[in-house]
Amino acid sequence: MEDRTIDREWKKGSAELLILSLLDAMPRHGYEISKLIEQRSRGTLRFHAASLYPLLYRLEKRGWIQGLWVEKSGQRRRRYYQLTQQGRGVLAAQRQGWQTFVEAINLITGEENA
Amino acid sequence: MPEWKNQIRKRLAKLNLAAPREAEIVEELAQHAEDRFRELRSGGASEWEARRAALEEIGGKEQLAGELRATERPEAAYPAALGAASKGRFLSGLSQDLRYGFRTLRKNPGFTAVAMLALALGIGANTAIFSVVNGVLLQPLSYPDAGRLLKIYESTPAFGYNSAAYPNYLDWRSESTSFTDMGAFRSDNFNFTGTGEPEQLSGEYVSASVFPVLGVHPRLGRNFLPQEDREGAPCSVMLSDGFWKRRFGGDRNVLGKVLTLSGIGCAIVGVLPADFRFTRGEIYLPMEQYNSVELRTRESHPGLNVVARLKPAVSAATAQAEIAAISRRLALQYPKTNAGHGARTVSMKEDLVGSIRPTLMLLVGAVAFVLIIACANVANLLLARSTGRKREFAIRAALGADRGRVVRQLLTESLMLSLGGAAIGLLLARWGTGLILAAAPGNLPRAESIGIDPYVLLFTLLVSVATGVLFGLAPALAGANTSPQESLKEGTRGAGGGRHRAEGIFVAVEVGLAVILLAGAGLMMQSVWRLWQVDPGFNTHNILTAQVALSPTVVSSAPQIRMAYDRMLERVAATPGVRSAAITTMVPLGPSDSENDFWAGTGPQPPEDQLSSAMFSVVTPGYRDVMQFPLLKGRFFDSRDTLGSPTVILIDDVMARHVFPGQDPIGKQISMMVIGPVTVVGVVGHVKHWGLDADDTAKIRDQMYFPFQQIPDKFMTEAVAGLTLVVRSGPEPLSMVSAVAAQVAGSTRDQPLYAVRTIEQTISGSLAERRFTMLLLVIFAATALVLAAVGIYGVMSYTVTRQTREIGIRSALGATRWEIVGIVLGRGMKLAGAGMAGGLVAALVLTRLMAALLYGVRPANGAVAMLLGTVAVLLGAVALLACYLPARRATAVDPATALRCE
Repeated sequence: MEDRTIDREWKKGSAELLILSLLDAMPRHGYEISKLIEQRSRGTLRFHAASLYPLLYRLEKRGWIQGLWVEKSGQRRRRYYQLTQQGRGVLAAQRQGWQTFVEAINLITGEENA
Repeated sequence: MPEWKNQIRKRLAKLNLAAPREAEIVEELAQHAEDRFRELRSGGASEWEARRAALEEIGGKEQLAGELRATERPEAAYPAALGAASKGRFLSGLSQDLRYGFRTLRKNPGFTAVAMLALALGIGANTAIFSVVNGVLLQPLSYPDAGRLLKIYESTPAFGYNSAAYPNYLDWRSESTSFTDMGAFRSDNFNFTGTGEPEQLSGEYVSASVFPVLGVHPRLGRNFLPQEDREGAPCSVMLSDGFWKRRFGGDRNVLGKVLTLSGIGCAIVGVLPADFRFTRGEIYLPMEQYNSVELRTRESHPGLNVVARLKPAVSAATAQAEIAAISRRLALQYPKTNAGHGARTVSMKEDLVGSIRPTLMLLVGAVAFVLIIACANVANLLLARSTGRKREFAIRAALGADRGRVVRQLLTESLMLSLGGAAIGLLLARWGTGLILAAAPGNLPRAESIGIDPYVLLFTLLVSVATGVLFGLAPALAGANTSPQESLKEGTRGAGGGRHRAEGIFVAVEVGLAVILLAGAGLMMQSVWRLWQVDPGFNTHNILTAQVALSPTVVSSAPQIRMAYDRMLERVAATPGVRSAAITTMVPLGPSDSENDFWAGTGPQPPEDQLSSAMFSVVTPGYRDVMQFPLLKGRFFDSRDTLGSPTVILIDDVMARHVFPGQDPIGKQISMMVIGPVTVVGVVGHVKHWGLDADDTAKIRDQMYFPFQQIPDKFMTEAVAGLTLVVRSGPEPLSMVSAVAAQVAGSTRDQPLYAVRTIEQTISGSLAERRFTMLLLVIFAATALVLAAVGIYGVMSYTVTRQTREIGIRSALGATRWEIVGIVLGRGMKLAGAGMAGGLVAALVLTRLMAALLYGVRPANGAVAMLLGTVAVLLGAVALLACYLPARRATAVDPATALRCE
């Protein structure tokens, strides 16, 4: 039971980290986010709209990101998401946590390899 | 694209999201599906394949709803989706409207605060004024069946409503059949001695029937018995609740105790209830205890008030006819005293509040204007905001909400605003009512019944609902008229000609109403200013006036009274700081007046209706030095005028012209009923006794002065009942009070000084009502000016924002800064100008209704034209400033940005 919880939290946490990282550079809309995740992971990671948008809404509700309808001439209006101040803090913390986690894994897996 | 939306909507159906939120999610996901679809198609996929893949992205029904459920709080079915709400769903619809409205208002705190504040000002001011109107004009008097109570006045050739002669009252009472009963009362002062400090009490002589007629029952003891109200009966007294508590600490064993009042022992028989506020009297004595010849003759009208209660089936008109018929018979029977006299009835409430009604109605009108201006402002705010919400309305319309449903939602929001404003307004009103009461003239009748009661609350509720509908309707209809096709198109430039017209009309109306209020306030200010300029006919500075009462040990004989006053005046005049001192029976501009009938020459008395009346003051020789009015001819009184010398009189220039036109009045004789023939020895300047404003039009303006030392012995006791000491001082008069009081008190220390004030206070008091009206009008006008300025500013800055693109194009095409400022200013000033023109015309008409409250300004004269001109310039300047700020902003528009920002 406990294992499953950790598993779910881990997955959710990593998805959040991915989205926050992508928004660190500039505001992006949902489709752009899903395409970038797919491209940069070279197709390994894919987020369906059915889970991507609920996640975006959740992050927005927590106040980490903020969605804004933006209209550019010649285009339909789109909802762009950007990091909030709080979101930047969370991203920094999560990056740190992820780094520590990866190093810990590397230490273990590296030792076994050696 | 719509097919994506339908698919997505189906998947969200279970969640019951709020319509705007659902629309947002649908739009965003549809966008995503469309992007995916296009990408797949451009990658070579068939349309069918691309479509299937895109839909798969969105996920199945359970998947999407399941993921969203955790994030999106479930909402009750949103009304927009209902289309036509059935009656059974009205209440649930209402609660949805309320919740949604609350969220909308909370999301725009700036807008909500400004709108509520404007409404709170308007509603609060209206509530405050209404609480005054309610307490003074609307609530019945606090007697049982008060509507059947009448006051009866004797009408004389000079006065429509004069106090009655006591014998006439007795005849009215015994001969009339229209009334259950009738009673009389008159105010007097009593010297209360015996227990502790001597004290001057204001009290009333009342006939035994007065309290039963009013329906008042004593809280302790009993009312007077008829046999106590007979000539020669032993004295009994009833106490007011206040006096009973103050002097006896509410002792229930007070009945039967004896009070010494002006030297006579009176047994206490009853105490009146606490809420009984009939007069300012502290004690009440039976009328017949007033031991004076004034009660026995039909020629005296000793300040007698008559109150009567109509029998249940009798109308006021019938009673009036009956009492007039009795008076006609009395006039035939006693032509010498009653010829030309009649009787008039008036409802007791009207008698009390009739004179203040025009003032209050003026204030009601003024404050209603303030509210309308506030409404126009809020309506404009809502109109501007509804442009921003066009898309929301369009989405709702597209989702099947009918027009009525949208109007209802918007009206709910307006009502929430106005009710919120009303809540703050009530607080303002509570505070404002206190301020009004503090600023109100001391003679504002029924001030004690002013307060916030259920009627006031009901009024506030009705006003705020009416207000909410008034300012909400135009924006709501404008909002509901939005065409979905237009609004959902890209870009936000919508067709809004009608809306902009409405804004223009609101601004013009605001400006017009502000003009009217400013004009009204200005007229009132001019009146008060002109009244201050009026010369009252004497030097009003540094005069102290106070009533005096002689020690009961000296009031027994006329020679003693004369000597006592002589000594008192000598002592007061010798006080350091006192320039001169005198005694008079009547203070100019004061509350009391006294008239005497006379005829020229020394012949026999003509019938009553051919006599003239003149104001009659009894004064001592020092009076002229105190008042410093001009002596135009002859001499003033001096020590030559004594009981033994020929009886003399002084008249004023008005009387001289009236009675002796073209002749020298000195040495001429006139005759008075009681006094007989007198010789005119001097003519003095007229003094405005009836008030700075009313004296010019008063019916009786002739004035006579009679020397105190020549009052015949038999009238001395009555003459000294209402004597006033007048003192001209070097230093500020109120600083002299204790020194003067010490001299008046005399060796026996039982001669109190009371009702002390300066002439300047008296004059100030006589202007109090106008000043009060002026003050409130100025406050309302200032509020109106600020609201109108905010209104113009709001609309102009919104217009500039909307026209950013146009301004950008113009400046790109080479328009200069000043041309652009000119365009914006021109538009704003056109609106303001239209409002001002309408307002000035309306002000000319409406201020005519104020004529009765004005002095020296007629709505058609040059000063008014000046005033209206000033108002126009003032408002014009305010409007210019309110337009200039947005105009300056317009010139800062960078053409490139402006063109891009669409």
